[in-house]
Amino acid sequence: MKEKVESIKSELAKDLENVNTTQEVGNLKVKYLGKKGLVTELTSNMKDLSIEEKKEVGRLSNEVKNYVTEELTKLEEEINKKELEKKLASEKIDISLPSTKVNIGGANILEKLIEEVEELAMSMGYDVVEGPEVEKDLYNFELLNLPKGHPARDAQDTFYTEGDTWLLRSQTSPVQIRTMLANEEKTPIRIICPGKTYRRDDDDATHSHQFTQIEGLLVDKDISLANLKATFDIIAKKLFGNDRETRFRPSFYPFTEPSVEMDISCFNCGGKGCNICKGTGWITVGGAGIVHHNVLDNCGYDSNKWTGFAFGFGAERLAMLKYGITDIRTFYTNDLRNKETFDRKEAE
Amino acid sequence: MAISMNWVKEYVNLDDVDLKDLAKKITDSGVNVEHVTSNELNNLVVGEVLECEDIPDTHLHKCVVDTGLDKRQIVCGANNCRKGIKVIVSLPGAILPGGFEIKPSVIRGIESNGMLCALSELGLEEDTPENHAKGIFELPLDAPVGEDVVKYMALDDTIYELDLNPNRNIDCTNHIGFAYEVASVLGRKVTLPDLSTSPIKDSVTKHFSLEIDTPNCMMYNAKMVTGVKIKESPDFIKHRLIAAGMRPINNVVDISNYVMLEFGQPLHFFDKDKLGNKIKVRMATDKETIVTLDKKERELTNEDIVITDGKKPVCIAGVMGGENTEVDENTKDILIESAIFNSYNVRYTSLRLDLRSEASLRYERGLNYEYCNMAIERACHLLEKYADGKVLSDTITHDKIDKKVKVADVTLDDVNKTLGLSMTDEDVRRSLNNLGFEYKENKGTYTVTIPNRRLDVEPHRQDLIEEIGRLYGYDKIESKLPVVETKEGNYIGSVKIRKQITKRLRALGLNECRTYTLISDEENELFKYNRQEPIELLRPMSNDKKVIRQSLVSSLLKTYEYNKSRNVKDVMIYEIANTYYNKTEEDTKIAILMKGNYINSSWNPNGIKVDFYLLKGILENLLDYLGLKNRYQLTAKEIDGIHPGISAEITLDREPIGYMGRIHPNIAKDEIYVLEISMTKLVDKKIKPIKYKEISKYPSIMKDLAFIIKKDVTSGELEDTIKRSGGKLLTNIDVFDVYTGENVKDDEKSIAYSLTFSDPTKTLSDEEVMQVFNKIIEDVSKKHNAVLRDK
Repeated sequence: MKEKVESIKSELAKDLENVNTTQEVGNLKVKYLGKKGLVTELTSNMKDLSIEEKKEVGRLSNEVKNYVTEELTKLEEEINKKELEKKLASEKIDISLPSTKVNIGGANILEKLIEEVEELAMSMGYDVVEGPEVEKDLYNFELLNLPKGHPARDAQDTFYTEGDTWLLRSQTSPVQIRTMLANEEKTPIRIICPGKTYRRDDDDATHSHQFTQIEGLLVDKDISLANLKATFDIIAKKLFGNDRETRFRPSFYPFTEPSVEMDISCFNCGGKGCNICKGTGWITVGGAGIVHHNVLDNCGYDSNKWTGFAFGFGAERLAMLKYGITDIRTFYTNDLRNKETFDRKEAE
Repeated sequence: MAISMNWVKEYVNLDDVDLKDLAKKITDSGVNVEHVTSNELNNLVVGEVLECEDIPDTHLHKCVVDTGLDKRQIVCGANNCRKGIKVIVSLPGAILPGGFEIKPSVIRGIESNGMLCALSELGLEEDTPENHAKGIFELPLDAPVGEDVVKYMALDDTIYELDLNPNRNIDCTNHIGFAYEVASVLGRKVTLPDLSTSPIKDSVTKHFSLEIDTPNCMMYNAKMVTGVKIKESPDFIKHRLIAAGMRPINNVVDISNYVMLEFGQPLHFFDKDKLGNKIKVRMATDKETIVTLDKKERELTNEDIVITDGKKPVCIAGVMGGENTEVDENTKDILIESAIFNSYNVRYTSLRLDLRSEASLRYERGLNYEYCNMAIERACHLLEKYADGKVLSDTITHDKIDKKVKVADVTLDDVNKTLGLSMTDEDVRRSLNNLGFEYKENKGTYTVTIPNRRLDVEPHRQDLIEEIGRLYGYDKIESKLPVVETKEGNYIGSVKIRKQITKRLRALGLNECRTYTLISDEENELFKYNRQEPIELLRPMSNDKKVIRQSLVSSLLKTYEYNKSRNVKDVMIYEIANTYYNKTEEDTKIAILMKGNYINSSWNPNGIKVDFYLLKGILENLLDYLGLKNRYQLTAKEIDGIHPGISAEITLDREPIGYMGRIHPNIAKDEIYVLEISMTKLVDKKIKPIKYKEISKYPSIMKDLAFIIKKDVTSGELEDTIKRSGGKLLTNIDVFDVYTGENVKDDEKSIAYSLTFSDPTKTLSDEEVMQVFNKIIEDVSKKHNAVLRDK
C-alpha cells in the first residue's frame, strides 16, 4: 500500500511538471481523483480488508487525496494567475492616443461677456430687459431728446424701414424709454438692457453695421455722478481686474446731462502709457451721465422729483479690449476653432 | 475741426501758456483736442538764386544759391526758377512733411546740396496739379537772405485738431468761439477783432431793396462794398486758412472764408452788377432750376429756400450760390449777405442735393444772431483793408430773430447733489465767471444768463450744473454707491426663457452663433417656412444687407460653409435671434444646424453621426426640459428648402411652431440637418411645478413584438395605437429594430417594439399582461393592416 501511495506521489510530481493550462489541470483531476482515478482506486477493494487494514488504507488514501488535491489546486491557482496576467498584458492600450471628443457647446464670445455683465448687474438688483430691434423713431430718438433734424442724429446714421417712423434701432436706449413709460406707478427703476443695434457703417476691422450695446438705467431719488462712478468702478474691476482705476471726462449725449466718457486705467501698462492706451494711460470704455430732465419728463417721471443715471458700453469694444481681439468681425464669423480658447472658466 | 492757435492768440492772451498743457486742460474740461501739431519745419532759410543755367536735355536747372552761410549748388526742376529771385531753401538735414529728409545728392551727375521748395512741398498748400504748376515759391525780393523761413513767414503755428461732440460743434467750429473756451479754462477775457470801417456817404439802401417772403429766413443782412480789387490775400490770411484746412483762392473769396472761420457765420458775396437791384428771399417752386457755382443744373423743390433777384434764383440759401451772380476776377462791386435760415430746410436741401459744405453744416447746426451782425461788419473791414473796397453806409436788414434771453436758476445744493461733489459758493462763482456767464446771486440761488454764443446751453439747471462741473473738474468726484432699496435682479420677460434654452443647447453640445440680421433677398428666399411679407430697408447699403431676415437658417448655413472651408468638419451650431415681418411684427426664433459627427474620435470608428433622429433627440430634450413633454408632435410635411423625404413640421399644443429636416440637396449637397422653431410661441406656456413621482416598487414585465406593415405606415401611428390599447399598464414603448430586406416584401417593413408593463400598486400577473398584450396585437393588426411577425 505504501508503495502504491509513493508511486502515485512520484507520478503526480512528474505529471505536474508538464502541466501548463487549466484544461490540463482538469485532466489530472480526472486521472487522480475521478471515479476511476488512481487515488480513488486505492480504496476500490476496501470491503475485502480487515478493520485494522481498512483504517490504515483509509488514512493513507485520505492523506494522498488531500495531498493531490492541494497540489493540483496550488498549480491551478498559479496557472490562473499566469493566464490572467497574459490576458491583461494582451489588453494593454496606448493611452497616448487622442481622446474621444465629448461635445460640449459654448457661448458666442460676445454673449459670454454680456452674461458676465448681466450676472454682476443682477447681483446689484438690476433687472435684465430687452426690447424690439425694429423700433419707432419716437422711442429711438424723439423721446430721448433727439428731435427730427437734431445734428446729433448725424452720428447715428440710421436704417429706416418705413418712412421716418420705423427704423432698426441705432442704440438700446429705447428700451429705457419703454421701461419708464410702461411703469405706470412710476416707481424706481434699475435695469440693464443688452441688445443688437444697427448703424450705416461699412464693415471693416473696427466698424460693423450691426453691433451690440449694454446699457444701464437707474432712476430713483437724489442720484449723482458719484453714484454712477461707484457703479462703474464695480463693473470695470469685474471685467478688467481689481487694480483698475476709473475716471470721468466731460462729454455729450442728448439724453444725459451732465454727460461723461468713462475711462479705465490701462490694464496693459497700468497707466504708464502703451500702444493700447495710445500713450495716455487711460482707455475709454463707455459713455454715461445723469438722465436728461426732458427724457424723464417725456416718460412721465417728474424731473423735479426723480433723478437717475444711465450708462452704456459697446459690448464688442469691451470684448475686444478684454480678450485682445483686433477685428470686430470675429464676433460674427463664428469660427468654431475659437472654441478651444474660450471654452473655459475665466481667471479670477 | 482744425484751429490755428496763432489765430486764437488774437482774441485771448496766450503769451505765457504752454500749448500742449493747454490742449490737455481743454480736453479735460470737455472739448476734445485730438491732436496738437506744431509746424516742425527746420533748416529752411531764405536764399537768393545767383546763377541758373539749364541742364541740357532735361527740364532741370543747375543753380548757385546764396544761403547767407555759403553759396551752394542746387539742382531745381521748377520752370519758374531763374536768376535773381528769392526762394525757400531747405538745407540738408531738413525733414519735410511726409518724413522726406533732404540730403546732399547727385542728380544726372550734378551735385545738389539742398532743395528749392514749393509751398505744397512744405505742407503749406494743398498738393494739387494747379499748385504744382506754380513751381517753387517766390519770396518778396526784400526778404533777407539767410533768415529762418519759419520766422520770416510766421509759420510757427500750433494747430489743434478738435474732435467735437455735437453740442460744441456749434460754438467751437470758429476761432472766436474756441477762444471763449480757452478763456474759460484759463480764466481770461476775450477781445473781439476790429469791426470798424470808414463808410462812404452813398448808402446801400439806394441801390437795393430787400423782400423776405418766407418765415424760414429769420435774419438777412446785406451790405455793399464797391471798387474791390481781386488779388492774392495777405500771407496771414493765407496761412490761417491753410492751417484751418481751407485753400486760399483770392482775397475776396478768402475774406468770406476767413470771417466764417472767425465767427462761424457763413457769408455769401454776390457780384452786384450781375445781381441787379433787388433781393427777394422765398421758397423755391417745384421744378424750378438754378445752375450752381459748380456749373451743375439743380432742380429745386418747395422745401428749398432761395435767394432771387426778384425773378430767378441766384443762390440756394445756405447751400451754394448761383453761377449767374458769381464773383469773378472782373468783379468790382459786391453785395455781402450775412443771414440766418431755418436749419431744417438747409439740412434737407443740402442732403438732398448732396451738397454738404463747411457753410451748410454751420447753417444746419444753428447760428448766433450777434455774430451774424458782427461778421458782416468784419467782412467790410477786411475788404476795405485788403481788397481796396469802399464800404457803403447802412445795412439792409430783415430781423425776425427771437431774442428771448436764456435765464435759469441753479443753487449750490443742486450742483453738489447732482455731481456728488462738495463745491463751495466760491467754486460756483469762479466757474460762472470763467465761463463768462453773467449771474445774480440771491439767497443762495444763482440766476444765470446764458450768452447767445452758447446755443447748446438750454436755460435749465441741469445745463448749468454741467457747465459748472466740467470746468471744476470731474476728477474731483469720489465714488459713492447709490442708496437704493435692496432687491433681487431678474431676467425679465422672454429673456429668462432664452437664457434657459441657450444654456440647455450649449449643454447638448451646440455652439452659439451671432450672425447678421440683415441679409440678401436671395438668402431670405432659401428657407420660406410660413413666409410673411419681409421688411426691406428703405435705403440699403448693399444688396447683401437688404432685408431683415425671417429665418436664421440661411445665416447658419453660411456659418457652416465658413467653418467647412477652414476644415472644421463637425459643425453643431445654434442661434437665437429676433426675426421680423409685416412691417413691425417680431418673432424670436431658435435655429439649430448640425453636420458631421456628434461624438467624434479622429482614429476610432465609434463616432456618432448626426442624422434626423439625433436632431429629433435634441429637440425632444429641449422641449422636455422646458416642461412640455407629451405636448408636441412631429408631422411629415414638405417644406421649402428641406429634403422632401426628411422633413417634419413641429407642433406644440396643436399649433405649428417650426420645422426640422435635412437641407435640400439643391441648396447644399452635404448632409446637413436643421431645425427652426419660434421661441416667441414657447414664452407663455403654462407648465406644472415639479412633484416627486414614486418609482413603482413592483417588478415590471417586458414583452417584445414585431409587426410587418406597409412602408408608408409610420411608427408613430403604430405607437399611438399601441398606447391607446395598452392603457395604464403599458408604461413604456421602445423601438428596438427596424428591418427591410429578406423575408419582408419590397413595399413593407418590419418594426420591433419592446413594451414595458407595470402597476404601481401590485405585482402584475402573466394573465393580466397577456390580456393587454393580445389586445394590442389585435388592435394594431386590424387598424394598420399589420401582420405579427413570427419569432
